[in-house]
Amino acid sequence: MSNTSATASELLAKMNSGEVSSEEITAACLEEIARRDNSINAFLSLQAETALETAREVDRKRKAGEPLGKLAGIPVALKDNICAKGATTTCASKMLEAFTPPYDAHIVEQLRAADAVLIGKTNLDEFAMGSSTENSAFKTTANPWNTKCAAGGSSGGSAAAVAAGFAPLSLGSDTGGSIRQPASFCGVVGLKPTYGRVSRYGLVAFASSLDQIGPFARDVTDAALLLETIAGKDQRDTTSLDADVPSYTKNLEQPLENLKVGYIEHLHAEGLHEDVKAATQQALEVYKSLGAELIPVELPHAKYCVATYYIIAPSEASSNLARYDGVHYGYRAKQFDNMIDMYAASRGEAFGDEVKRRIMLGTYALSSGYYDAYYLKALKVRRLIRNDFEQAFQKVDIIASPVTPTPAFEIGELVDDPLAMYLADIFTTSANLSGIPGVSVPAGMSQNKLPIGLQLLAPPLEEERLLRAARMFERETDWHRQRPE
Amino acid sequence: MDYTVIIGLEVHVQLQTRTKLFCGCSTRFNPDHPNTQTCPVCLGLPGALPVLNREAFHLGMKTGLAINCEIPSFTKWDRKQYYYPDLPKAYQISQYDLPMSQNGWLEIEIDPETRETKKVGIIRAHLEEDAGKNSHDESGRGHDSKVDLNRCGTPLVEIVSEPDLRSAQEARKYLEELKLLLTYIDVSDCNMQEGSLRCDANVNLHIHQENGETIPTPIVEIKNLNSFRGVEQAIEFEVKRQWEAWQETKLSLHDVPKETRGWDADRGITLEQRGKEEAADYRYFPDPDLAPVTVTDAEREKVSSELCERPALRRNRLESEYELSAYDAAVIIDQGLAFADYFEQVAKGCQNGKQAANWVTQDVLRELKEKGLEISSFTIKPEILAALLEKVERSEITTKSARTVFQELINSEESELNAASVQSIIEDKGLAMVSDTGALEAAVQAVVAKNEKAVADFQSGKQAAVGALIGQVMREVKGADPKVVRELLIEKMS
Amino acid sequence: MSTQLTQDEVLKVASLSRLKLSETEVTALGEQMGSVLKYIAMLDELDTTDIEPMAHAIEISNVFRDDQLQESLPREQALSNAPQTDGKYFLVPAIL
Ligand SMILES: [Zn+2]
Repeated sequence: MSNTSATASELLAKMNSGEVSSEEITAACLEEIARRDNSINAFLSLQAETALETAREVDRKRKAGEPLGKLAGIPVALKDNICAKGATTTCASKMLEAFTPPYDAHIVEQLRAADAVLIGKTNLDEFAMGSSTENSAFKTTANPWNTKCAAGGSSGGSAAAVAAGFAPLSLGSDTGGSIRQPASFCGVVGLKPTYGRVSRYGLVAFASSLDQIGPFARDVTDAALLLETIAGKDQRDTTSLDADVPSYTKNLEQPLENLKVGYIEHLHAEGLHEDVKAATQQALEVYKSLGAELIPVELPHAKYCVATYYIIAPSEASSNLARYDGVHYGYRAKQFDNMIDMYAASRGEAFGDEVKRRIMLGTYALSSGYYDAYYLKALKVRRLIRNDFEQAFQKVDIIASPVTPTPAFEIGELVDDPLAMYLADIFTTSANLSGIPGVSVPAGMSQNKLPIGLQLLAPPLEEERLLRAARMFERETDWHRQRPE
Repeated sequence: MDYTVIIGLEVHVQLQTRTKLFCGCSTRFNPDHPNTQTCPVCLGLPGALPVLNREAFHLGMKTGLAINCEIPSFTKWDRKQYYYPDLPKAYQISQYDLPMSQNGWLEIEIDPETRETKKVGIIRAHLEEDAGKNSHDESGRGHDSKVDLNRCGTPLVEIVSEPDLRSAQEARKYLEELKLLLTYIDVSDCNMQEGSLRCDANVNLHIHQENGETIPTPIVEIKNLNSFRGVEQAIEFEVKRQWEAWQETKLSLHDVPKETRGWDADRGITLEQRGKEEAADYRYFPDPDLAPVTVTDAEREKVSSELCERPALRRNRLESEYELSAYDAAVIIDQGLAFADYFEQVAKGCQNGKQAANWVTQDVLRELKEKGLEISSFTIKPEILAALLEKVERSEITTKSARTVFQELINSEESELNAASVQSIIEDKGLAMVSDTGALEAAVQAVVAKNEKAVADFQSGKQAAVGALIGQVMREVKGADPKVVRELLIEKMS
Repeated sequence: MSTQLTQDEVLKVASLSRLKLSETEVTALGEQMGSVLKYIAMLDELDTTDIEPMAHAIEISNVFRDDQLQESLPREQALSNAPQTDGKYFLVPAIL
């Protein structure tokens, strides 16, 4: 494996043996980006100089035998809705085009403490709203397997960066599938942790009760390594959980005994692509061959997930994005009549269509006279959806399903049909609504040579189980070893 | 035809925490250094998150309990959404349907003559964050407005009364009693100049028709009341204005939406306000960034036990326990908790409540006012004053001599003062009353002998003649008790 | 629940949202919001009378911080991203 296609664990081994330096790896990544990102469009900004400086400093420390962090010298890319000092955090929006946060997100502090090399900020749908990065105000990220196709979204840039050989690791955020869906489209591992497992401090909020930061990696081991670096209680995030973080890498190779894998029968019906259906079926066979028991589970309210999600997420978003009003930071219109007009003009000019659509939907759902019918109703259905999972997990250890109904679609294919785009979130939104962890692992290729992911879900805080189950599957397959040309 | 005035007050009180409600920035009043007490959280920067200040919640509970509220076992945080430049997140974190305390009351005296009291209902008291401060161009030339976010995020408790108040005077009384209570239990300094206590008043009239019907006039919310006088004057003005408006328009509460008016203290009028209120739809919803708070019985009891005796109760107790006049008791209580404690220590030490009350409300208070001191930094500690008054009580010195000692004590270095200081000053100055009757009798005898004319005047019925002789004896025998001297003189001359 | 929002409804929500919209946007949003709301109406099938609303993804309560001072940002940093300042204050067009 070359320095740009190897996993982080392989690169760490190579650095520790002195075969390669962090500076060489970082430079190789930057070269690869320079060579090919004009066709992939994974990055919105690069921190090349500081990255190389950090790399050299880690190399020095390694040579001197000084203590090193878990990710010492590994290039990591950050979705551009995660704040890091000294770099713009644009959220792919004209609104924050010039915004430079004066502080580091909690996970950025963790990454710096782990001696990771922060290489650049990746593209996303504006404010993480979308499934294709087509809603980015600046560029659309292409799928490294086929540049006509979408990388997925909203963390499309982070997924594509790992798939394309630009960085061995990256971070994304997942509000309704925004890590798992692009991971599936790009053929990499993407994990959404339990709500509260990773601090949201410094993640620009889209829908606060659903957002969660998580890792992208080239295999399950790397995802475990990155997760254990960033997880844990942070005093600055009320909703971060005060629970011990186990070493996710430690027991990863140990298969789970008497594993009970749940699968959802009735969801396999409409709109599900044949290749996705087949890949999911084969994945279940792999578990069966490993001695796992396959058990059908009922999630009676699963069909309400998308409707529930598209009330709660826009409602919270309408509130979270109200702060962008051209007063304390962000874009201010040039022409306006008075202060109220200044607000409306700034927001009208700087937000893209999808963001406006969701702000409008959310404002409507929270407005006087509609609150009970929409927002409150959705909060109640949310509990029913969560209860479904609680009951299902009484019977099974993990639940396997497709990540998305289809492999990556073509750029532009769904852009005029927001509802169709929303409906593709059918398999992913339930994990966010319920707060449970989910992972997408490479599990097949479509006939058009596009990756297909398998989604595994586990009960709250069972990331260790989730990762071990994923690793069991990964050991038996070689989808994760395939790289785009 | 006549009317009843209906008033409810919404009072915002800044809680005395070191840091803001949801971040670690200082709550210090610091308008001269704008935008120096902010951080990503209170600036509402993208990605920053709020974490609740434990002490603010504690002080909120203390407040709720002091105004006799229930503290529900579950409370949560909601976002109140509106756009204004002093509100960087475009929502205020507040409490909507499940406030941390509710259904309380505060007793006020509504007639000083009859001492009639009344319980004013309190609907709720909830915690919320304050906004920043906008300053506008007063020149009218339309220059930019300025925004200072130092105050943004400061913890407030909003106390909403029932519309139980019936006059501007009652409203003022309620506010004064509330302020006293909150400073007493030490949750706020209630400094109105600095905005630690702010008040909005909801005012309307119930017009009594001749046919027995009652018609309510439109409700007006008067904002920006930042002094007791302002509250009283604004409501008086508004009552008059509403009565005139009623006579002119006959519009009732059902015909017009609630109106917001601002109090212009300089011009003494209320003015219609427009701006952020237009068709208020605050779109409240639970703040997903914050966790609800649950309160157990044990926690409620613990906070309850931290509450000191409430001022109203203490006022009554001072009256009965120390036989004080209502006036003296009120003066003592109104000075705050530390002062009342001071008084009680003096009263207990000298065994005479009335005398202690005279001294602390006159001599001590005058001294504090002159020097601009708080009782806590007054150098004559209560045990020293008690020791002094005890001497008077035991007729060891005269009241006049006690004032001399008091002055000496004030002029002394605090470090030199102790319980023995009183005695040593008395000795140094020779102020002890002479109990040696032999010396006194000799002096009286001598004075009587020297003043034949005065003696004759006295014997012819001029009682006033004694006065001049008392002075002469006193000059001879320093520290003599004038009462005793007088008796001896009369005895000798009769 | 209606299937399409009228222009007035859209404009009312836009005003609450402080969004200045073009005519094309108003029309498009009326349709798109209508179709999403029509889809969302499927929730009406469910009887949720006795269900507790779930506002948080996980159940947590009583999370506090101690009342301890943290360093504030220097003023230059607080103002550094603002569109308009005078070096001390954020500036906005005259409010009154
Ligand atoms: Zn702050």
